[in-house]
Amino acid sequence: MTLIDTTAATRRRRRRASSSVMAVLRFIVTAATTFLGLLAVTFFIGRVVPIDPALAIVGDRAPAHVVERVREQLGLNLPLYEQFWIYLKQAVTGDFGTSVLTTNPVMADIARVFPATIELATIGTIIGALIGVPLGVLAAVKRGSIADQIVRVIGLIGYSVPIFWLGLLALVLFYARLNWVAYPGRIDIVYEYTFTPITGFYLLDAVWQGQWDVAWDLFRHIILPGALLGYFSLAYISRMTRSFMLNELAQEYVVAARAKGLSETRIIWFHALRNAAVPLVTVIALSYAGLLEGSVLTETIFSWPGLGLYITNSLQNADMNAVLGGTIAIGVVFVSINLFSDLLYRTLDPRTRNR
Amino acid sequence: MSVVETPKPYSREWLLSDRPASRRQAKLGRAYVVWSRFAENRLALLGLVIILALLVVAALADVLAPHNPVQGDLMNSRLLPPGSAGYLLGTDDQGRDILSRLIHGSRLTLFVVVLVAVIAAPIGLIVGTVSGYAGGWVDAVLMRITDIFLAFPKLVLALALVAALGPGIENAILAIAVTSWPPYARIARAETLTFRHSEFIAAVRLMGASPFRIVLRHIMPLCLSSLIVRVTLDMAGIILTAAGLGFLGLGAQPPLPEWGAMIASGRRFILDQWWVAAMPGFAILIVSLGFNLLGDGLRDALDPKEAGQ
Repeated sequence: MTLIDTTAATRRRRRRASSSVMAVLRFIVTAATTFLGLLAVTFFIGRVVPIDPALAIVGDRAPAHVVERVREQLGLNLPLYEQFWIYLKQAVTGDFGTSVLTTNPVMADIARVFPATIELATIGTIIGALIGVPLGVLAAVKRGSIADQIVRVIGLIGYSVPIFWLGLLALVLFYARLNWVAYPGRIDIVYEYTFTPITGFYLLDAVWQGQWDVAWDLFRHIILPGALLGYFSLAYISRMTRSFMLNELAQEYVVAARAKGLSETRIIWFHALRNAAVPLVTVIALSYAGLLEGSVLTETIFSWPGLGLYITNSLQNADMNAVLGGTIAIGVVFVSINLFSDLLYRTLDPRTRNR
Repeated sequence: MSVVETPKPYSREWLLSDRPASRRQAKLGRAYVVWSRFAENRLALLGLVIILALLVVAALADVLAPHNPVQGDLMNSRLLPPGSAGYLLGTDDQGRDILSRLIHGSRLTLFVVVLVAVIAAPIGLIVGTVSGYAGGWVDAVLMRITDIFLAFPKLVLALALVAALGPGIENAILAIAVTSWPPYARIARAETLTFRHSEFIAAVRLMGASPFRIVLRHIMPLCLSSLIVRVTLDMAGIILTAAGLGFLGLGAQPPLPEWGAMIASGRRFILDQWWVAAMPGFAILIVSLGFNLLGDGLRDALDPKEAGQ
């Protein structure tokens, strides 16, 4: 008897272990193929789509032997799969070539500008979540009311407005007319040479060093682009929050809590929102990833020296190495956040574990 | 939702009948139910009106536009404010009437959204239905590719693609289409899975239909309604991406009156002549709002389960 029991138990345990091993394996395969796909697509864009990448570098007036030499240097005379293999090896070591515009390695450029983008996207997500979640809860609780309609319209406009246009108008109003915020850029020219950032996240650095005047100046620079990005994530976050909350408020445990005599505030904010929080974390992570992308156009408007401005500047100067390097950088972070939020969802919500 | 003339009375009762006598009556009845659900939603009707207006304006652009959209009067009408005589929305730095440019620009906007939809939706439909119907390793491979594309940041990928292809409206369309098919494939696959094992498919198969015919004639039509909803909802995003590419100088090239490019050219005058950049932005906002409202309304009308979500 006991023998059979133990074997059954071991088998069960083994099966459970193997299923979690399978899950980890599946995750690794997903992550690996996605990153490989990202590199394959950028390889395709950089090497296959342009008619002749060598000509793109030396210009079409260059003598034939120069073109030929550049082709060899780029490895364009090799078969495509070998080119891809070399490309992969270089990409894994962080080698994306040299930027024609800045003459630095693309990777060094990206490391320099990325903190600015992260800082902006973080501020945007914080603003979006702090306003978006309460708005969504309000809309769900007062479903069909005027408040619900207003939240809906705010969200719809957020989905429909061109971000660069709204940024321009906001600059005219808040900088040129009202002078509430600082001019485009990240830091005032006065502080540019006196302030020495440590991490590249200027706001944190300034606060850490106790330079409050610098911090205030930084704040005056970041608040408008941050609020703009915040509005976009707010549109998405409030809509999803409303949907999750409607779902939770229709559940029976809400009726039970009401029957127990709990206050409506407590039911909404502690019971229902807590259950809606798990998918909400995913939504906020996804909107963070979306803001990294949204920053491309916003940074152009606000002369924000981040990755988006780097990509668009390189675009204007036909600097393909820099464009592709920037695309890969945003892509890798974007994909990582996607994968991470998926993982987070599975660990946070016990209901998804046994599926 | 035009009602075809029939000899039968097509009153409300006839339309809502539980036992339709003919296929046409059943179809009309279903259309009537969808339409009345749609018409209850005032915002959705507003969206429909906006999109119909866009179609009319684009079709009659030559008649409606008061001035030449490409050639302006540099001598007399440079940077006139809105409300100037003959120039309702003002003029730009080359003396061109902004209203006329917006009217002609509606054609470009429609051109972009229609072409992207025509390229991306069928790709998604084919990938999704084949993947869902075939199952097995075909499904696994196709869905992995779809997921890889789905995981990409769309705008950045489109930017890089246009940078490689060279600027221009056709290349912008191609780039947007390449980045927007994956959601359609996911939807089509999900729909296909729901009726893949249903009896009518089995019946058709027993009658000797080839897999090709089953997918093309029996599965694809059933995926269409949810696909249309999704495409309509995506239209606003397509317009915004196209405008963003135009703003960066990667979309339609001057002197074409593309709305995003118009904002870019008005950027230099934003502090003193705000209307040059502001007006095209309003046009983009209104049209994409129209598509969003229409898409929301369509989803609620076609799929009441999702309503209000």
